[in-house]
Amino acid sequence: MQMRSYLGRSRGLGAANEGVHHWWMQRLTGVALVPLTIWFVFAAAGIASADLAEFKAWVGRHGNPVMLILLTIAMFHHTVLGMQVVIEDYVHSETAKVISLMAVKLLAWLCGASCIFAVLRLTFGG
Amino acid sequence: MANQNRPLSPHLQVYRPQITSFLSILHRATGVVLAIGALFFTYWLMAATYGAEKFASAQALFGSVIGQLILWGFTFSVFYHLANGIRHMAWDAGWGFELDRLRITGWLTIVFAAAMTVLTLVVAYSAAGGA
Repeated sequence: MQMRSYLGRSRGLGAANEGVHHWWMQRLTGVALVPLTIWFVFAAAGIASADLAEFKAWVGRHGNPVMLILLTIAMFHHTVLGMQVVIEDYVHSETAKVISLMAVKLLAWLCGASCIFAVLRLTFGG
Repeated sequence: MANQNRPLSPHLQVYRPQITSFLSILHRATGVVLAIGALFFTYWLMAATYGAEKFASAQALFGSVIGQLILWGFTFSVFYHLANGIRHMAWDAGWGFELDRLRITGWLTIVFAAAMTVLTLVVAYSAAGGA
């Protein structure tokens, strides 16, 4: 049995029933991406013409695998949150909206998992 | 269900372009560009797991004229979206809504993005030239 009133339970959750979770995660991943993207852009610029051996050496060096995996997670999470808002703003048909939201999220999972796999493979693989 | 006759917000065609509205839509546009950039990032990493040949063709794609133009676009988008994202967080904290501050911080994001893009290009081309 719930002791809280209906008003108390719904307060702060808003029309989408999730409160400030979307907003908060967008800020949190955004803050994480500030150092991660600045690091990545200059690191990637530094290996602009690398061949595979040099690239593997770079991916596996020191903290780079951790940075690349953190970048992958924060980037795809932030991307999904942003694309969700864009889709909700411009796609008005309910069917098309649900399909495009699912497509964006599933594609982000596929790409995110692929990136993490690639980083591990390039670090530990032969 | 939907009422088709609801009033519309001011049309873009009759609305005077302003730095505030321009930078606002640029934030969204660069965000969508960077979503595509995330796909290129995935392709780049995955190509390396398929061996030297696949990775060399990925590097050749990014090294081509069109590839370099795309990478410059991604670089500017990253730095603009980053700087304007920080501007958004200042607004979240309640700072910077006065018109003069909006204009100053707006121009600062543009200058920051342009300067960081040029700096990245210098690093990239000196690394590629030195190799």
